[in-house]
Amino acid sequence: MSPRRSTTGARPPVLCSCLLIPLVFFFLFLTNSASLAQGETEVVDTTATTPLAPVTSLLAQDFKYDDGDKLMLTWVPSIDDIPVTGRVTAYEVYQICNNGEPHRIAELLPEVSTFRVEELHRDSSYQFYVLALAEDASAQSVVTAAITPEQEWLKWNWLNLMVMTIVVCGAVMVFIKTATKGRKLFVRKIAGLEAVDEAIGRATEMGRPILYIPGINDMDDVQTLASLTILGHVAEQVANYDIKIRMPVARSLVMTAARETIKAGYQTAGRPDAYTDDMVSYITDEQFGYVAAVNGIMVREKPATVFLLGAFFAESLILAETGNSVGAIQIAGTARPAQLPFFIAACDFTLIGEELFAASAYLSDEPKALGSLKGQDVGKGIAMAAIIIGVTLTTLATLTGAEWMSSATELIRSWFVVTD
Amino acid sequence: MKRTSLIVFAVVCLIFVLSWVLKAGTIDGDNAIQDAFLVTLASFLTLAIMSFMYKDNAYYKFAEHLFVGVSAAYWMCVGFWSTIVGNLVPRLSEGLSEAFGVPYLGGELDFGFLTLPYPLLYFIPIILGAFLLFRLVPKVGWLSRWPLAFIVGTFAGLNLVRYLRSDFMSQISSTFVPLLVDWHGFGHFFANFSLAADGQFVAMFSNLVIFLGVVCGLIYFFFSKEHTGLFGKASRVGIWILMITFGASFGYTVMGRISLLVGRLTFLFKDWLGIIS
Repeated sequence: MSPRRSTTGARPPVLCSCLLIPLVFFFLFLTNSASLAQGETEVVDTTATTPLAPVTSLLAQDFKYDDGDKLMLTWVPSIDDIPVTGRVTAYEVYQICNNGEPHRIAELLPEVSTFRVEELHRDSSYQFYVLALAEDASAQSVVTAAITPEQEWLKWNWLNLMVMTIVVCGAVMVFIKTATKGRKLFVRKIAGLEAVDEAIGRATEMGRPILYIPGINDMDDVQTLASLTILGHVAEQVANYDIKIRMPVARSLVMTAARETIKAGYQTAGRPDAYTDDMVSYITDEQFGYVAAVNGIMVREKPATVFLLGAFFAESLILAETGNSVGAIQIAGTARPAQLPFFIAACDFTLIGEELFAASAYLSDEPKALGSLKGQDVGKGIAMAAIIIGVTLTTLATLTGAEWMSSATELIRSWFVVTD
Repeated sequence: MKRTSLIVFAVVCLIFVLSWVLKAGTIDGDNAIQDAFLVTLASFLTLAIMSFMYKDNAYYKFAEHLFVGVSAAYWMCVGFWSTIVGNLVPRLSEGLSEAFGVPYLGGELDFGFLTLPYPLLYFIPIILGAFLLFRLVPKVGWLSRWPLAFIVGTFAGLNLVRYLRSDFMSQISSTFVPLLVDWHGFGHFFANFSLAADGQFVAMFSNLVIFLGVVCGLIYFFFSKEHTGLFGKASRVGIWILMITFGASFGYTVMGRISLLVGRLTFLFKDWLGIIS
């Protein structure tokens, strides 16, 4: 019995301890939770009672080199504007015009410390203040002194751009003058352009028409202008050989300009009577509507030669493939890098980028065009020299760690950086 | 029309009507018949355009002419309503603005030393635009060259600054890259050699390709000197770099075109036939 008793006698403390331990833990958990909750509440309470710090050193300045319609605001962000854990959720910029009522002009993200105010008037004065916003508070900065935007006549921060324009344009003018005086200017052979006359000759032999596509952009695109310059030479040859030219276009202004160009070509060839307006026809401005029509013309008229010169987009491969399928010799050219691969794959000759612009000079042999091309080469020479010097200095600065080299590199780089 | 063509045409018409009726049965709503017609028409026009891959045919011609006619008329309307009504009329006359239901934007242009009413300035494009139409009158047709000269001259001037800034100056400054990156000697370089994308070797190799690619590419487009000797070799490197770039661009763009094809096939199989969900 005694053992049983002793056993039974030992049960109450075991049971008690079994119950007591969880109870103790539960009590501790509750106490801890309560203290944590209290702590959290305290933190919130503390934050709620702490006022939000406003932005400081708010300054409104005239925006340099503009038309007198902009001002620049700078400030030091609120000390409560700390990344990730900061209280500031946004900044609001308020504008007061001619001592009137303030109105909000912008809401900015935290950590922003500048803002350009636009669409202002030169005959009004403006004051600003910035409101820092938190979830539970807001703080207003001081109001800036009244300021009126000023107009500048020259953008002096574009001085380097002006110098470069003068240098390149000056070189063009010098070379044009040189060419006009009769001095022979050398331009290397361009394979695609050499083939232009061959292609026209082929159309003559086969007795089939030439199809000329000037791209789908309007007259505001330099590629279209370059294309029309080449068209002038092609039209002259076409008039000489008495073959048919067909030119569907996607822009009405291009149609007008192309008609003028072809007419001039026929006049130069001494055959103005052979020219008709039907040579150039407007199709539609719609990209793929135009493509569908040109494809139809290709398969029905089976041109011997297709010129694809100008600005092309997604239609480039469709046109080039259709031209290829009808057995036409194709000369393509565009300055759009994304379309060049398709022309290279599907056409016989391709003028890559700059070659399209060089075409006018090469084909016409005119002093103005040749001088322009040579002047552009001066620009390329400057670019090459600047890049070689810049890369060498940057590399040496990295290698040696010399301060003066880094400064020299930054100085040269600054000559080629154009800021707003 | 040949007999075979007539039979094919009749079959196509029959399939069209059948498709329309069946499609109308699957669409809910008040406009089921109209919607079914439009979906069927769009599908048949898609197939008509695609039939060009086989050869030129009457169905392709129909789709082509429909597309050209509709789009030409559409763009004419867009030109009228967005350019003339949208831009010109609101700045020209209050009465006209009210008539077309657009807000009048009239006011004054302040040049500082001279203030002009808005409409006066906008008579210039009206006159230039009218000059373009003078082509229809042979005696004064030469006047149509004036607006063209204005357009070409204006855009040449505007683009000169834009291109010189973005395609010339910015390109030069962006090419100032160091050929040695994080350089602490050959020992350190080989000891930490890695082909990781953010590693030292890849950074240096990338900068070298940028530098050589730009300089050799510029040499290729240099027209004032014959491409012989060292200059010729650099030019060859330039064209190789261009071709490699074009190859990569080709693959990238073809993938884009495949997605267009997928979009069209999705329309046929999902919206029209309802085969895929």
